[in-house]
Order: sequence, then structure tokens, then C-alpha cells
Amino acid sequence: MNQSDVIVIGAGGVGCAIARELSRYKITVTVIEKECDVAAGTSGRNSAVVHAGFNNRTGSLMARLCVEGNKGFEAVCEELGVPFRNTGKILVAFDEEDMKILEGIVAQGEQNECEGLRLMGREELRRVVPGVDGIGGMYSPHTSIFDPFSYCIALAENAAANGVIFQFNSEVTAVEKTEDGFCITAGGKTYRSRILINSAGLYSDRISEMAGVPGYRIYPCRGEYFILDKVAGELLDIPVYPAPKPGIGGLGVHLTPTIDRNIIIGPSAEYTGDKGDCSCTQETMDRLFAEARALLPSIERRYIIGNYAGIRAKQAPPGEGGFRDFVVKEEESCPGLINLIGIESPGLTASMPIARMVRDLVGNRMDLEEKDGFNPAREAPVRFRDLTEEEQARLIETDPEYGEIICRCQKVTKREIRNAIENPLGARSISAIKYRAWATTGRCNGGYCLTRIVDMLTQEYGMRPEEVTWRGPGSAMFSGEVK
Amino acid sequence: MEKCDVLVIGAGPGGLAAAKGAKEAGAERVVVLERDSCAGGILNQCIHDGFGLIRYHDQLTGPEYAIRAEKEAIEAGAEILTGHQVIRISDKREVKAASREGLKTFQTGAVILATGCRERTRGAISIPGSRPAGVFTAGVVQNFVNVRNIMPGKRVVILGSGDIGMIMARRLTLEGADVKAVVEILPEPAGLARNVVQCLYDYNIPLLCSHTVSRIIGERKLKAVEISGVGPDRKPVSGTEETVECDALVLSVGLIPENEIAGTAGVRLDEKTNGTMTDEYMRTSVPGIFSCGNSHRIMDLADFVSQQGELAGKNAAAYLKGTEMRPWDGARSARLKKGYPLPGTVTCTLCPNGCQIRWDGKGYDGNKCPRGAGFAEQERTAPKRMLTTTVRTKDGKLLPVRTDKAVDKKKLFTIMGCMRQVHPAMPVKCGEEIFRFADVSVISTANMV
Repeated sequence: MNQSDVIVIGAGGVGCAIARELSRYKITVTVIEKECDVAAGTSGRNSAVVHAGFNNRTGSLMARLCVEGNKGFEAVCEELGVPFRNTGKILVAFDEEDMKILEGIVAQGEQNECEGLRLMGREELRRVVPGVDGIGGMYSPHTSIFDPFSYCIALAENAAANGVIFQFNSEVTAVEKTEDGFCITAGGKTYRSRILINSAGLYSDRISEMAGVPGYRIYPCRGEYFILDKVAGELLDIPVYPAPKPGIGGLGVHLTPTIDRNIIIGPSAEYTGDKGDCSCTQETMDRLFAEARALLPSIERRYIIGNYAGIRAKQAPPGEGGFRDFVVKEEESCPGLINLIGIESPGLTASMPIARMVRDLVGNRMDLEEKDGFNPAREAPVRFRDLTEEEQARLIETDPEYGEIICRCQKVTKREIRNAIENPLGARSISAIKYRAWATTGRCNGGYCLTRIVDMLTQEYGMRPEEVTWRGPGSAMFSGEVK
Repeated sequence: MEKCDVLVIGAGPGGLAAAKGAKEAGAERVVVLERDSCAGGILNQCIHDGFGLIRYHDQLTGPEYAIRAEKEAIEAGAEILTGHQVIRISDKREVKAASREGLKTFQTGAVILATGCRERTRGAISIPGSRPAGVFTAGVVQNFVNVRNIMPGKRVVILGSGDIGMIMARRLTLEGADVKAVVEILPEPAGLARNVVQCLYDYNIPLLCSHTVSRIIGERKLKAVEISGVGPDRKPVSGTEETVECDALVLSVGLIPENEIAGTAGVRLDEKTNGTMTDEYMRTSVPGIFSCGNSHRIMDLADFVSQQGELAGKNAAAYLKGTEMRPWDGARSARLKKGYPLPGTVTCTLCPNGCQIRWDGKGYDGNKCPRGAGFAEQERTAPKRMLTTTVRTKDGKLLPVRTDKAVDKKKLFTIMGCMRQVHPAMPVKCGEEIFRFADVSVISTANMV
């Protein structure tokens, strides 16, 4: 039996941030996650943007936490070795009505204490984003891009280094309120804790209900994306969004450069009723592409190298729309249960402030005394491709495996793959390697490196072919040996 | 800093022939950089036969072809450096490569791009549906099955009827998989008629032309695909959907010239194909940089790739000496019969031409060579096929093998079954007998230590 002071359910960005925040104190913390790795849900399937906070209703928790999160984000990324780039962001107006919407957004943003927002005319728009043909726009200087996988991994690794225990492949099947806390069944094991933090994202309504607090409901709202080749990355170095139309339930299809200089197109917004259905559909893909081209006509079909979909944890039911604020609170009817409900965008941006709020709620229940040995820093993994040639040459001298390029599209070396395989969280699937080393993410989709990665897993790490999974149990890559 | 006259990037058929050509035309130091641990490129995983009829006038498997091409390059005096991944080419034709020994810079007189091609992926063609485990490209499956002894699945659907797709349909069937269908969006199969016959018809594998995979089903692991008929616009026709259960989807949906390195040198690429733009002498837009084979344009046969590589090599040497270059003489695929075999004919599978031979009751007609008549006669009476496969060695590796002659078509699975019991000890030389089945000898097609 695992006994902890605090159990966190869910290892998305918010769960990992909470775990890392609580690892500062002399308490025991366990994170329970149903998938085989962190960031397996919404946190790994989004636009990878650090939002500024102008889109959210003034006075809301969402607006306050987003603005606060934005201000501290770069420092956290620096501390944890997470790729981050301050790009700014452009909202494009195509007509006078859009311009009016943007004026409203600037006003709302100023009330939210977002700094530096301003409208721009046609000339300036063209100068900042050549090829985007609007009548004007809005500029947000503090919007940034980052790597959300790396962010969640870094938070979790840092939390683990400071004593937090992570239990993967452990879906919670029962929660029982006991006299002094909770008894949780997950992955066939029993866990006990004094405090339960429900950071289960799309499934937070179900967990809350298991704990005896019904009444929440999460409506899954899917967003589909395209990923474009780095060739297209040269077309854009700043996120470009359309002026948001009222009532669409998202920010509209936008173009976002990524840390690795690809471009993401998306997301759409479709209520599907299925929290596990991350499918892409022909109609939506066609529409996404058309809308992306309306923003940036120079985008071509041949630039597409992949697609994916993420699911928003919406509290607003389909057809109703409307604003629903984040829920971050201890339930009066269930003392010790801290619920995080409806943490959709800008949840990642707000994750650190949310974690601090949760820390204060935990602090109301138990003494939080700071650890002496807490280490807030996590060393960034080596990224061979980002180094100068002198640095690359030195690295190869220290370890010849840095001279073996396994993923040619992204220039990932064998040593980086090894670092990913031997990650401190113990996640060992192809996707765990993919999101750490960034191999298989290029234009050949792993055509060259997948065979080499599987070689390492089977020959050096003793896995049988049928044990290699795409993302944990139930996702075997192969049926076995040929003979 | 190392110096060489001609630096060839890639030791596949194009690069090896280019090195041979450059050496033979008088270049002093010729170096081939290969990222893999051995020369041969994609030939090493192409264990089937059908290579070399044009270049070597011999019926070879991929590994056998690779051995010859490598031997020729070495005998001509070229150096092959494996485990070297080129990172970039500078504007002074300095080539930077990463290897276990460090970052090396090669100062070159001329560079030949022989970087081959990559496969078009699921991502590039945007198949709707989920993203589960079990979706592969055909070349990756070929590598796993033929080199790494890993089976992608047991119930397979193949999308695309290019040659690799059909060859993998046969290969997976021989290894015990149930290939449910080969699905082709065009009204005719895309590959050679010869492969339609010897890979699909021989094994009763359904070929669905004017169809496509319209959805991938399965959240974590592939469970099924939805196959739909397509209209003249190549879009799925609503109402024609059929769900086919499978655990592997193999994509053979096209090849794209691989020119990442060319891009670093500023070589002009064709926007549509991603191939290098060259003149008839295989010169790219950058002086001193040549291109050949699939990095220039996707070719039907390795033999053509070698021919073009050799020419590029010779021209690179001529460029250095200031002597006259020779032009590439254009289209070579015209003779090859692609698509469905003609009704009422026998498709000769002896060579890639795939002659469509007719029997008029007295004699044969339509064969471009005398061997065709013999083949057609045999095909009418007792059809025979070459068998190419692998055996598992004592130390668990895969050794590619073939029969020394065509064998009774009905006996293929019997021989396959017997070979499962054979586990030869290493080392083995190419051509060495591994096993005998009646009068049939099964021989190694690779050197293995």
C-alpha cells in the first residue's frame, strides 16, 4: 500500500506543475497517471503557445492566472531547461468588423493587465508578417511559444528528483473517502492519502464523482491540427490568429510556428462526445487548410507532414457556448478533495499559478515546511542540432554516439536517443522517446530512425519486438519476430 | 580537413556507380560517404530478385546487386566511408560529415548527390482517422521484415500498388501474414505488370483499384481500416465504405527524392517532385555539384540508377579535367509494362519488361526476347517461380537467400516451411549453399560474418 500526504491524479501540465510545486515541501506526494507518460492528453495536443491573457474575461480566474503565468513562464523554462521563444503574436482583421473586435480585445487585455497590446494598420501588418493580407491587426508582444512535451517532462523530472513518486499506467477505478483522507484504487493497486488533487483534465468530472462530488460535467471538444514541414517554417516566425469570431468556442484556426521551426495549423472546434477520440476527419482537414490559406496564401498542401487532434476539457455544453471559468477549489462537501475542473486553454500558461493556488489550499490542511535540499533546476537535455559545430565536435569527442545521427530529419544522435530511453521517469515507449529526443517528428515520419530506435530497444535494452509499444499497454508496434 | 577530387554522398546503387565512373574517368581521390554501417543503401533490404538484368545481364537480388556494385567501386579505387552522415555542403563545396570519429570536413573538387529517396508518409497524404500503432510505410516494413526479423502484423492491408507495395504483399504472405487487400486509388495498378502477376495473382491477394483507405480506426492499436471506392476525382464515394479488420496498414504511396543535403548547398529543386534540377550532364544549379538516381528523379529500376550514377561520376571527373561530358539519354522506362496484364496473355516475369505474350495455338507472340517463349510455355504447363526469402542464422540474425533456379509454384510454401527449420552458422559467403530441397539448392545472397 502506498501512503502519501498528497495524491495528484493526472500527469498533464497542471498535474506536473502541482507535483513540482509541492516537491518544495516536507510532504510525500504521489502522481497517478493512466497513460505511460506525462503530457499524454490535452497537454501534449495543443498549439504550444504561452498566452498573454487578453482573450479571457476580465476578473476571471482564467484571466488572472494566465497573465500571471505568462509573466513567470520564461523564468520557469529557463530553470527547467525547456525550449521557449518569445515571438509575440498577431491577430489579423480582414474587415472593419474584425477591427472592432480587436479594439475590444485590446481594451479587455488592458483591463487584464496584459502589457504592450496595440493595434496595427495594414502597412505594419505587412511588414511584420509578409504574405498575410488583412486590413490591420493587433500585436501582442508577450505571447510566446514553447515545447509543451518538454515542459511537462521537465516539471515531472524535477518533481521526481525532489522526491515525488510517479505511477504510470495506473487508471483510477475507485476513490473512497475515508475518515482521514482518501483510498484510491488505480491500476489494480491501492493508494492512501490525506489530500486528493483531481487534475485529471478531461476525466476530472468522473474522478470528482468517484470521490462523492457529482455535478461537474466535461464536454470533450476536439481540435484538429496539421503540422507543416520546416520548409514552410521560413514563411512565418510569429503566431498569426484571425480576429476571434464570437461563439466559436476557440480562438479560431491559426498558424503557429513551433520551437523546431515547423508550422502548426489549427485547431478546429468540434464537440464529439468521446473523450478518447483524437481522430482527424476529412471535412475538418479540408476546412483547416482552407482557413489557413485564407490567413497565409503561400501555404501549400505539399508542406503537410502530419496531423493530430487534441481535446479541450470544456464545461460549456455543445450549442450553449459561453464563458466558463476554471474551477480550482477544495470541495466543501468533501474536505481534502481539491478539484481542478475545466482547465482548458490557457491551462498550460496558467499551470504554475494554478499550482501555487493548489499549494495554498494544501497549506490550509497541513503544515508546509520547505525542504532544505530542494533543487529547482533541471539540466536541459543535449540538443545536438542546436549546437555550433565546435560544440558538436567537442561532444563527439566525449561520446562517439553523438557522432551517430539516427534521425536525419531532426539531426538527433544516438546518444540523445539513449538519454531519452533512459529517462528518469522510466517511460519506455516510442512516443516517450519521440517527445524527449524529437526523433521521428520530421518529414519522413521515422522512416529512417524508427528501425534504429527499435534496434536499440531490442538489442541493448532487452525488449522483445512485441513489447515495444507506441504509447504504452495496448499499443504494440509489432506482432513479434518473423522467424 | 580532408581533400578529395570527387565526393559522393550515398553508397546506394547510384553512389557506388558514380564512384566507379569517377574513378574510371580519371579522378584521383574518390570518396563515398554513407550514413549506414554498410554500403548498398536500400538494396540490402530488397531481398527479392529482378535486379541487374540490364546492368549485369544477370538475375540478381538486391543484396547480390549491392555486392557487385560495391566491389566495382572498390576495384576502381574509390574509398567508401560508412557511418558518415553528411550534415551540410558549404558554398565552397566543403562537405561536413558527422561520424563516431568526429565532425569531418572534406574539401572537394566535385560533389555527387546520390542521396536516394524517402517514402511518402501517412502524414503527407493526410488519411483521416486516429493515429494508432500499426501504420507503416512499405520500405520500413521491408526493413523490419527482411533485415531486423520483426513482423509488423498478421492481418495486413496495403495502400498503394507501387512495386514496393506489391512486393511486400508477397513477402508478408510468404511469412504467414494474411494480406487482406492491396488498395489502389488509381484505376490501374501503379507498379509493373510482372509484379501484379508474381506478387498478387500468384497468391490470390485481392487488388482493389479505384479504392482508397478512407479512415484509420483504433485508438491505441490499429483495429481496422475503412476502405471506400473513389470517384473520378479520386475522393471517397459515400456509401461505398467497408470496414476491414487488420493490425497493420502498409503504405506504398510514393517516393520523394531526398534532398535535405542538396538544400544546404542551395541546389535548385523541382517544386513539384522535390528532385534536383539538372541539365543532361547531371549538373545541378550549383557548379561542381552533380546529382543522380532517385535524388534527381524517382526511377523504376536500380539498373537505371546505376547507369545514371556512372554517367554522373564520369561527368564529374570530366568537369575537373575540363574534358567533354556525355549527356544522359533520357527515358528508359518506356519498355516496362505497367498496370494490369493484358487479358488473354501470359506476363513474362523473367525481367522487368513484363512482356505480354500471346499463344495463337501454334506459336508465341509479343515476347521481346527468345526466353519469353520458353517462359510462356512453362507458364501454361507447370508454372515456376524463383523464391527469395530469409533464414534465421544460429545467432539470431536474418540471412537473405534464394533458390538457385525457379521452382514449382505449388512448392513455394513447402520450401518456406522447411527453411524455418534451417539455422546456418556464420560466416557465410554470397552464393554458398545453405540448404537443399530435392534438386533445388537454396543459396545465400549476402556475405555475413
